[in-house]
Amino acid sequence: MNLNLKVWRQKDAKSDGRLVDIEARNIPEDCSFLEMLDIVNEDLLGKGEEPIAFDHDCREGICGTCSLTIDGVPHGPSETTTCQLYMRKFKDGDTIYVEPFRARPFPILRDLVVDRSAFDRIQQAGGFITARTGSAVDGNTLPIGKPIADAAMEAAACIGCGACVAACPNASAMLFVGAKVSHLALLPQGQAERTSRALKMVRTMDEEGFGNCSNYLECEAVCPAEIPASVISRLNREYAKASVKDTVS
Amino acid sequence: MNPILRFCSSSIGRKWIVALTGLVLFGFVIGHLIGNLQIFLGSPEPINRYGAFLQGLGELLWAIRFFLLAMLVLHIVFTVKLRAESRAARPVNYAVTNRRATSPAARWMLLSGIMVFCFIVFHLLHFTAQVPAVNGLGQNFETLHDAQGRHDVYRMMVLGFSNPAASAFYVVAVALLALHLNHGIMSMFQTLGLNSGKVRPLWEKGGPAVAWLIFLGYASIPVAILTGIVK
Repeated sequence: MNLNLKVWRQKDAKSDGRLVDIEARNIPEDCSFLEMLDIVNEDLLGKGEEPIAFDHDCREGICGTCSLTIDGVPHGPSETTTCQLYMRKFKDGDTIYVEPFRARPFPILRDLVVDRSAFDRIQQAGGFITARTGSAVDGNTLPIGKPIADAAMEAAACIGCGACVAACPNASAMLFVGAKVSHLALLPQGQAERTSRALKMVRTMDEEGFGNCSNYLECEAVCPAEIPASVISRLNREYAKASVKDTVS
Repeated sequence: MNPILRFCSSSIGRKWIVALTGLVLFGFVIGHLIGNLQIFLGSPEPINRYGAFLQGLGELLWAIRFFLLAMLVLHIVFTVKLRAESRAARPVNYAVTNRRATSPAARWMLLSGIMVFCFIVFHLLHFTAQVPAVNGLGQNFETLHDAQGRHDVYRMMVLGFSNPAASAFYVVAVALLALHLNHGIMSMFQTLGLNSGKVRPLWEKGGPAVAWLIFLGYASIPVAILTGIVK
């Protein structure tokens, strides 16, 4: 199949970018979106042009590295991640807009590559438990009810890809932070740092310059890990509780 | 940093303030509707007595008015602040936008809010301050009194809504209020941390249902007066 791509090209973080028309020729419909870009890059290299820079790593839908906003939707019309999006979802002759994830806290480094280290800094602020490492304890020594385990696992499924921020009209990171805070707030291991975690992660989220949730629910509609927006509600509750605790204690 | 100040300057703290002030204003909208629906009780007596009761609160009435005004101001100020930050967070827009989940009510939240605010200003001039120039009838509502010498609220409402332009404006305004609440009620429970997988359908379906009831309740008053059901 042949496609007309409109790809965001930007030399580096300081340069202005623009959408450039690029033709994708002889694309097998069984290849993934990233493999399609690989083929296009081979063509560009053959012509002595700069290949399109884009993020990718595992190509198995688990690492959260691949990004891309395709026709206005992060990860495009895929149920999961861009690497799991196959070209059979498109028709021969389609025009496809390929843009980077857009948010001030995710600056563009080159073409479609964005710097998502703001998420790392939020994680480092509190998205962990402080525990002595060593041999793993027996799982049965710490019983956790099935509904709690399920809810925690649902939140822990977040792969930190940033699609929630890219989809949100406000570029809010509250689905991501909500997932991280929920995951640990639900489990006994997360209790010791529960208060400080909520306060620190929200403060870092704000300092990084993410927007504020207006409950449009675009985030959960695109989340490849199907994190529900109820984690944002839990984040709101956790933050308020932590603020009260921190004030009176 | 002072913990209270920190809360009020954080994204989530500000959202809480918008939700809590929204909750108070939502409560007022319900109470005000129940009070006004007394016009359907068949005689001017109940609503005039209710009006006299409110006026009889004296200083307390002013305390309530200032409190509600403060809630409205906080609701607006914190929303403006949140919006400004959100705009700054997305400096470059997508060439193609493809919204998958945003409801029209959610998208028009700011616009419906601004319109409702303009309506509140008019409504206060119309029926609270009773400025003759805004009712379109050239009549001074302050001169209306019933047999017991109380302010004739019933007569004022019937007269006020006998002006079709005023009635049409009220119906449009309460429709916008209902649109605001359509997204606002669900948003409020979400922000107050009261949403989960279990109760979510209740807020998502119940919120718009309550918004519709509020619209029908408020719109029924000018419609009943214009059609002569209440006279």
